[in-house]
Amino acid sequence: MTIASTSFNPPASATRADVAAALARRRKFAEWRFKAYGMVAIAISLGALAILFTTIVRNGYPAFVQSSIKLDVFFDPAEIDPSGTQKPEDIRNANYPKLAQAALYKLIGLESSDRKVRRDANQMLSQSVDIQLRDMVMKNPALIGTTQPVWVLARDEIDALLKGSISRDTPEDRRKVNDRQIGWADKLVADGRMVKRFNTGLFVNGASSDAETAGLGVALIGSFFMMATVLLLAVPLGVAAAIYLQELAPKNRFTDLIEVNINNLAAVPSIVFGLLGLAVFINFAGLPRSASLVGGLVLTLMTLPTIIIATRAAVAAVPPSIREAALGVGASRVQTIFHHVLPLAMPGILTGTIIGLAKALGETAPLLMIGMVAFVIDYPTSPLDSATALPVQVYMWATEAERGFIERTAAATLVLLGFMVVMNAVAIVLRQRFMRKW
Amino acid sequence: MKPGFIALAAATAAAASLAASPAFARDEVKVAGSSTALPYAKIVAEQFQKGNSKFKVIVESGGSGAGINQFCKGVGPEFIDIANSSRPIKPSELEACAAAGVKDVVEVKFGYDGIVFASDVKGPDFKFEPKDWFLALAPEVVVDGKLVANPNTKWNQINPAFPDWEIAAYIPGEKHGTREVFEEKVLGAGCKATGTLAALTAKLGDEKKAEKACLQVRKDDGGKHAVDIDGDYPETLARIDGNKTGIGVFGLFFFENNADKLRVATMGGIKPSQETIASGKYPVSRPLFYYIKKAHVGVIPGLKEYANFFVSDKVIGADGPLVENGLVPLPDAEAKAVRETVDKLTTMGAKS
Repeated sequence: MTIASTSFNPPASATRADVAAALARRRKFAEWRFKAYGMVAIAISLGALAILFTTIVRNGYPAFVQSSIKLDVFFDPAEIDPSGTQKPEDIRNANYPKLAQAALYKLIGLESSDRKVRRDANQMLSQSVDIQLRDMVMKNPALIGTTQPVWVLARDEIDALLKGSISRDTPEDRRKVNDRQIGWADKLVADGRMVKRFNTGLFVNGASSDAETAGLGVALIGSFFMMATVLLLAVPLGVAAAIYLQELAPKNRFTDLIEVNINNLAAVPSIVFGLLGLAVFINFAGLPRSASLVGGLVLTLMTLPTIIIATRAAVAAVPPSIREAALGVGASRVQTIFHHVLPLAMPGILTGTIIGLAKALGETAPLLMIGMVAFVIDYPTSPLDSATALPVQVYMWATEAERGFIERTAAATLVLLGFMVVMNAVAIVLRQRFMRKW
Repeated sequence: MKPGFIALAAATAAAASLAASPAFARDEVKVAGSSTALPYAKIVAEQFQKGNSKFKVIVESGGSGAGINQFCKGVGPEFIDIANSSRPIKPSELEACAAAGVKDVVEVKFGYDGIVFASDVKGPDFKFEPKDWFLALAPEVVVDGKLVANPNTKWNQINPAFPDWEIAAYIPGEKHGTREVFEEKVLGAGCKATGTLAALTAKLGDEKKAEKACLQVRKDDGGKHAVDIDGDYPETLARIDGNKTGIGVFGLFFFENNADKLRVATMGGIKPSQETIASGKYPVSRPLFYYIKKAHVGVIPGLKEYANFFVSDKVIGADGPLVENGLVPLPDAEAKAVRETVDKLTTMGAKS
């Protein structure tokens, strides 16, 4: 292009110059057009991403706070400890909701003994008050007979009302919260007795059918166990396999076949690994269903090809001169690999591993097959206990009927995305810090 | 680098040896099955565990058929203890169970669930009869005494009282237990009421085949009139959100939670509610079951306690948490009989 446009002596025939100029213009236009296509493509994908993020954030951020009511609970000895001897059974089986309800009646000035009115008031409190108050007393029996300020959760419908996902404009017969409850809720808010507080329960609670007490606790532990299993199994296996294939294996038809199959394995849909896990780990090896160990094993199989391919690429990128130099001064091949090749390939291996882990963290399909879509209330204490995983929790909450679960679904997605972003950021940082250019 | 690798290798070996030892003893009650029964099973599990912190219950979803299939795989800690189902177990499934060694099965009916028809809240009220749905969704209907391909494309062609809406029905997919109830109680009933059953019997020469043909759903016009929803009710709701003239099939509980978005239709002149379903007046309802593997009772800790707790009055009774969450309770006499069945673990064969 530059030659055509910067010739010093204009050519004899003007027509030839015109043709050249027209050609140049056309090529310039083509270049401009191509750039425009690229920019449009980027704009579309950024737009889609922006829409996705704003929807999730808009739906999800309310779940990080939860409406709580501050009650002055009188731990009535007549109710908790009728015998006066603090028998553990009495304390365990006392009617704690009644104590909380009595405190609530006082706050909202309810004196009516009409069962229906009282029921409406009772329904403003979460069912979790029972356990919450019981645990307080069991931990500290000295509370009996005293009045304590206690923050208790409001029922999910009240929470939804405060957050606006249940609209006040809906006619009463179509609304989950009636006018009487709205009046009480407004009074509690006006008195500063009901406020939205940070929702720690979202991160520590296990599964629950009540939206206000449902949390990601079990899913986080399950995902942690699975990631630990993947890290312990897939990384050593993958790196060893890749180094052998790249550095030590003879080049023949058999190793070619293995290579082709590893690449194929990386493209196998993940649900297939779930089926394999069901057949091998559960039906054949007899491992328990829903256990995070089985989930981890399945995800290991899924991540292995990714790690092998990444490691091979990283090892192949180490210049041959390094190896030759090491061999030249008398190092053995194993010494060459472990002292020189592997350290230099480490950033690439780490990047591949972290990206493989991030992919495994977000995987749902294979976990469906091995029973990890389960309602698990208690924390798993070992990888053999039943557990769920973060993406599975998103899936399970998405199918719930109550309003409170919609925001929780989005919030769980945000937590999952947060982990992804952190892992990818770590991968980038590691690559930037340790990469060497030759 | 080196010691790290050795530690990793040791951990790998440990995990591998762990994987090789089969059949673990289990201290959790495992439940799987119907997605309709899932919310109830979850509430029961949660309440049960709160009361008895020494027992654990794990509830899985997956559909009635899948649950029963897992349940019938065999006896032993690696197989589930309880299958939830939104339909009675089939004889063929019982045979499969027996063949795998699961001979003693206790059937427990714990309540009813209503299936409702609902459209966008801003639309008009619908008063459906089963035959309206049949005329809307059947591939072939009788017109002037002759069997022809379904000519109806708008609801007002079926009944002038209906609005001028294109027929777009979002019905549960084939893997759902709800679909079976919908076919039997709505399409089957409508088929009979419109005289199509008689016409089909004459055409096919066999009533059994005709009854089966009655339950088919039209596929014309690119399948836009009858849309199978394989996901759960939130998906159906999203479809109606997108197409305000669509009509969806929901569970009663889901509808009650979304009454500000949906308008429910009457069926056979009856509005669905807990009362009309419990009394049997509302025609489209079904019983919900769970099945106990008797061989596991006494082996799996907490199984018997969970089963007893499930049918106790404070759980499935009229003031219990399940009813609050949309379950239609059993009549008192039936509930009493069920409690006795669970307490004595009367198996299916042993029933009088």
